[in-house]
Amino acid sequence: MQVSSAVRDPLVTGGKTVKDVSHDISRHVESKPNRAWWMAFAISSVFFVFGFYCICVLLWNGVGVWGLNKTVGWAWDITNFVWWVGIGHAGTLISAILLLFRQRWRMSINRAAEAMTIFAVICAATFPLMHMGRLWLGFYWTLPFPNAFGSLWPNFNSPLLWDVFAISTYFTVSLVFWYIGLIPDFAVIRDRAVVQGHPIRANIYNALSFGWQGGAKTWMRYESVALILAGLSTPLVLSVHTIVSMDFATSVVPGWHTTIFPPYFVAGAIFSGFAMVLTLLLITRVVFKLEDYITIYHIELMNIIIIVTGSIVGVAYITELFISWYSGVEYEGYAFYNRVTGPYAWSYWSMMTCNVISPQLFWVKKIRTSIVATFVLSIIVNIGMWFERFVIIVTSIHRDYIPSSWTMFHPTMYDIGEYLFTFGLFFCAFLLFAKYFPVINMAEVKSIVKVGSEKITDDKAHH
Amino acid sequence: MEESKKVYWQGLEQLANSAEFVKNANREFPEAPEQTEDPGHSRRDFLKMMGFGVSAVALAACEAPVRKAIPYVNKPLDVDPSIANYYASTYTNGGDYASIVVKTREGRPIKIDGNSLSGVTKGGTSAQVEASVLSLYDNSRLKGPVASKKKITWEDLDKEIISRLSQVESEGGQIRIVSNSILSPSTNKAIAKFKAKYPSTQVVQYDQSSAYGILKANQESIGAAIVPSYDFSKADVIVGLACDFIGSWISPIEFTKQYGLTREVSANKRNMSRHYQFETILSITGANADYRSQIKPSEEGAVAVQLYNLIAAKAGKAALSGGVEKQYLAEAANDLWAARGKALVVAGSNDKAIQIVVNGINDMLGSYGTTILPASPVNYRQGDDAAMAQLLADAEAGVVDALIFFNCNPVYDHPQGERLAEIVKKSKLSIATAYKEEETGDLCQYLAPDHHFLEAWNDAEPKRGSFSLGQPTITPIYKSRPAQESFLVWGGEANADYFEFVKANWKEWFYKDTTKTFQEFWDRCLYDGVYEAPVVAAAAPAVTTFAGDVNAAASAISAIAGGGIELVIYESGNIGNGSQANNPLLQELPDPITKAVWDHYVTISPKDAKDIDFSESITKLYAITVNGKTIKLPGLVQPGQTPGTIGIPLGYGRKKAGKVANGIGENVYPFVATVNGSLSYSVANVKFEKTGDTYQIAQTQTHNTYMGRQTVIQEVSLEDFKAPGWEHPYQPKVTTWADPEHKVPPGTVKIWKGHKYPNHHWGMAIDLNTCTGCGGCVVACNVENNVALVGRQEVINRREMHWLRIDRYYSSSAAPDDRKGLETAADNPEVVFQPMLCQHCNNAPCETVCPVAATTHSTEGLNQMVYNRCIGTRYCANNCPYKVRRFNWFKYHDNDQFAKVNPAMNTEIGKMVLNPDVTVRSRGVMEKCSFCVQRIQQGKLTAKKERRHVQDGEVNTACAAACSTGAIVFGDLNDPNSKISQLLQITPADEKNPEKVDKIAHNPRAYQVLEEVGVKPNIWYLTKVRNRETTKA
Repeated sequence: MQVSSAVRDPLVTGGKTVKDVSHDISRHVESKPNRAWWMAFAISSVFFVFGFYCICVLLWNGVGVWGLNKTVGWAWDITNFVWWVGIGHAGTLISAILLLFRQRWRMSINRAAEAMTIFAVICAATFPLMHMGRLWLGFYWTLPFPNAFGSLWPNFNSPLLWDVFAISTYFTVSLVFWYIGLIPDFAVIRDRAVVQGHPIRANIYNALSFGWQGGAKTWMRYESVALILAGLSTPLVLSVHTIVSMDFATSVVPGWHTTIFPPYFVAGAIFSGFAMVLTLLLITRVVFKLEDYITIYHIELMNIIIIVTGSIVGVAYITELFISWYSGVEYEGYAFYNRVTGPYAWSYWSMMTCNVISPQLFWVKKIRTSIVATFVLSIIVNIGMWFERFVIIVTSIHRDYIPSSWTMFHPTMYDIGEYLFTFGLFFCAFLLFAKYFPVINMAEVKSIVKVGSEKITDDKAHH
Repeated sequence: MEESKKVYWQGLEQLANSAEFVKNANREFPEAPEQTEDPGHSRRDFLKMMGFGVSAVALAACEAPVRKAIPYVNKPLDVDPSIANYYASTYTNGGDYASIVVKTREGRPIKIDGNSLSGVTKGGTSAQVEASVLSLYDNSRLKGPVASKKKITWEDLDKEIISRLSQVESEGGQIRIVSNSILSPSTNKAIAKFKAKYPSTQVVQYDQSSAYGILKANQESIGAAIVPSYDFSKADVIVGLACDFIGSWISPIEFTKQYGLTREVSANKRNMSRHYQFETILSITGANADYRSQIKPSEEGAVAVQLYNLIAAKAGKAALSGGVEKQYLAEAANDLWAARGKALVVAGSNDKAIQIVVNGINDMLGSYGTTILPASPVNYRQGDDAAMAQLLADAEAGVVDALIFFNCNPVYDHPQGERLAEIVKKSKLSIATAYKEEETGDLCQYLAPDHHFLEAWNDAEPKRGSFSLGQPTITPIYKSRPAQESFLVWGGEANADYFEFVKANWKEWFYKDTTKTFQEFWDRCLYDGVYEAPVVAAAAPAVTTFAGDVNAAASAISAIAGGGIELVIYESGNIGNGSQANNPLLQELPDPITKAVWDHYVTISPKDAKDIDFSESITKLYAITVNGKTIKLPGLVQPGQTPGTIGIPLGYGRKKAGKVANGIGENVYPFVATVNGSLSYSVANVKFEKTGDTYQIAQTQTHNTYMGRQTVIQEVSLEDFKAPGWEHPYQPKVTTWADPEHKVPPGTVKIWKGHKYPNHHWGMAIDLNTCTGCGGCVVACNVENNVALVGRQEVINRREMHWLRIDRYYSSSAAPDDRKGLETAADNPEVVFQPMLCQHCNNAPCETVCPVAATTHSTEGLNQMVYNRCIGTRYCANNCPYKVRRFNWFKYHDNDQFAKVNPAMNTEIGKMVLNPDVTVRSRGVMEKCSFCVQRIQQGKLTAKKERRHVQDGEVNTACAAACSTGAIVFGDLNDPNSKISQLLQITPADEKNPEKVDKIAHNPRAYQVLEEVGVKPNIWYLTKVRNRETTKA
């Protein structure tokens, strides 16, 4: 029984009952997908198939089909990688850190956010794989396995190796955390399937729920596992992007070699992750009519996080500029001068506009509670965050120490194609998730619905 | 516990322990089960067979490709598998010459080095020479004799040609042999024998870059139509008047070597030559000059007259009429006069009048006998423009019936090629002997292909008294025959053998010392590759007295009219005159100045190209019209080019050269005019218009200035350098936490423990002062290390694979803090060349970031690339401050996409040039300079077999070996007596632990590029010294 507070508005509106929760969320799993879903899935599939073709060409011919060159060894590949990893931050942050902080508003959004995390990390992982010259060897040579190469180990000095560990750990923990959360909800769908007379569905969801019976002890263990995993995930949220940032921070390239990177990258990751969560949930809540679960209050809170992280990122940008001047290092100074005024200045100023200026609009309550404005700004933020990674990677290396080697980078169809592939993959996966999995954590949401005794009585009357 | 004595038995049989029981005790069943059915197919057999079947299928699926390898039944003498043999030989290509040493492996020539025993080229080579080994394996070579485009046997060919020559002769027709300058005395003798049989024969020589003006001028000035030897090494002051003596003029290998000697400075020799250059295009020679002044081609004569007058005023001689004031002319005259007897003025012009005036200047300066040696005339550039013009006239008049083209291609590379083509088509008999068909052979009735020079015996006399032998280094690949043998056969010696002929000639000419047998003498000559004939007094001409009519020359000069846009036609630093255009090593060698590859272009001064934004090499096509003939070429904005002039390199526009060169650019030989009987490589009043078409030129370097980064390029004026106690102009220092008051050199701050090099510590020194930027080292590196060639589009994609590149920087006139302004080169910039290769850092940033440890450090200071382990993340390349790592973006070998541009890895015949000691890299791996680790290993193994330490000089990198001026020095830094340790004045930083990596170079000019990054390279550069007054600072 939930006690309603005089000072806090209910997190779920519309006077939903426990049964309403089950019904509202499970019915999308049970019914046939609607037209909008099919349209979205078709478009995503087109991206996926086209992108897959581009990957085949890449693997058949070599990394040369991209626009990289002798000076710019990474461009869209690692930009996209960092971008997706960044997006993959919000889910775990919401479910782990907010769980530890007892932020109950997270309950209606954490499932989708975690799913997004997992898909985003999968998308991110494609890039380090594809960018390798010899994927067929590289995918396992980076792992420290006992071997017959004279027992040759990977190079533990290399940040790329740290990446391998960081990303795989993060992915594993996120996946387990997400799945464990899904188990009671699968059981709900199973139970409803039994009632509705769908034996196949019942069997499938029974298997997915590991035969969940919902005993008190089971619930107790479930809660403990969730807490433990939340505890495990929390440092990971901070470590993953810290380590990704070390790919750059530990190098000697001016514009990369920056101690500010770890916190700056983590803030940027949360920033972009929340923006992506917003983009997805704003669509989902309309399509699946979940306005009562994902309320304006949720949106506002997430927008506030975007203001905070966006401002942190903005401070980081300005700090970088200041330090590049203040340090007196010629190359550092030039790297940032070139970012701001050089041939890629347009991307720098796109980044500044999208990441620093646009989130400040959320100071206005009307904007941060406007669904349309939030939707538009959430997309702008992610465009900005893509440019941030592009700016860091490409504008630093395209003009570094030796001027004779300065070049420009021009993307090819295959650079674009592989980026589209990850969009196709991401949205196909998310749409399948939205169709077959409960998009809101029913078990948790049920703990925060306001339950009036009358309604319960009504409900009981029906049974 | 007490041991139990009890015995348990399993049955009565065991208790009885009968013999039968013992026999069967270990068998599970007393009797073998009876095999009732088909004994061949038990369950076990089935499993065995299935297992075998599956394995066999699996093995068949991964079957290795069949490679044909035929083992020696009897091992040939001298051929040991994996052991290289070296043969001294001679490179001749038209009038170009180099004495060389050819490295062969298993009977295949794979690398050419200079022959240091030669008194002429003194071990120097050039990009052209280094690349020529690949021309041997050119797929477009003629595979045998051809008559009217059909294959024929040599016997039939000889029969037909002899009968037709006799017919021509008997009908009163005339025979002409057309050739480039012939250096070989035996060839001349063979041709003389041919002439003896066919008396109407005349030999007509021409050269792509004619020096006929010099021949004529010397005829008038010193009474001998010769090209003298020049000795730049004796010159303290050099004035070049549109003369590219480092790149293309007369004998660039020799001159580069001599010039390099005058540019060397050290703590003990704080002096160097001063070089003034007056020129239109920015040539590689001009780029090396201390003072460079821009002139128009029509002003060359006037500048010569002005210089004459300035010096005549000092010498008390009469002034000439004419002359024009130019920047630095007065200074040049003062310096020349002050350095009388140690001065040299050279002019590239082919105009007799200009050369006479220059001879007059040299005469006043006392250059004859010191820097100009008429007593030792050279045999290059003997081409006679007038004779060639006469030939064309005669042929058109119907006097000449038979034309024999001896290893030359005038239809392409003579200005009157089109006229000649018509003549050849109508000629009664036409024969070409070149080893490739090419434009001229295409029109000839008979092709009697000569060997490639690496397959043939030959000799050469590059200059009077210096002889050189060429010996074959491979069995002829195709059914070719020495052209000289053809001449002998056609001249009536049916069984002629050119080898025996050369040998007999040498016996007759040079075998004087009868204390040795002729065979001993011959073997010695073959071993050395060269023979210096004792000076015969009678051979030297009378002491030169200048008798030229400078006044007549001056008035001839005053008649030279300029005006409008003036065009200069020149030889570029890669393709040269175009004779080796089908060699992709040269097509992909960046031109030393423009850094363009695989492309033809017209150079325009920045002032004249204000309307095009030449970023990323994107430009417009320009239409150039000369004598009614229009060609279109992309404009290349060239700092240093005189405003109002344009320059077009020769050597492009090949139509029948082969797959590599065909269709690149336009042929500009037809633009070469004939003025006063000699060829003129400049044209005034050219119609020059921009078209709307956009074009992207392939350039390996698109940013031209060094942005004032003193840690990349350090230079100093000679005046400053001479000042006592001179130190680096720039020494980066960092503040440390421990002692903020005193800054320290960045190398002293460390986070690594540091390597130890107890045995060798390989290092390199590169002298920016003697590096002329020629690019010979780049080609040598490509050949030695099987570096892939990638073609035009991949260069535009900025993916050339060169392990060693020459960075060419222009100075900027912007203020040091004007970052935007520094991006633009000055209109007449100072130029500096910087060879850039893997610096083999001791704290290598590439090594720490590789996730799989594919790039590691050796115990001898090498940064090693392990191709097999590389997975291609490219992190190392990103983290390389010097940007010297190269990634295999595609599979460059056995890939149709690159078959045209990279025949060395894509054609059966081309693959013969590959160095078997160096892996051909696969797709997806990183590569970079290895300090020629295969050579180091070879040297160490040889030393080990002989139980000694590697001696200094025994191991050398390909680039250092190829450098004509010795700008690159490689060696062991642990050896205090090695050349490099002496040059850099190396001492260990920690005297007690000399095996530690840290070494200090006490040579004041030594610096390391990007020292403050703290990567501790094993390469030091020596500061560029310009012999200038310290005015700009």
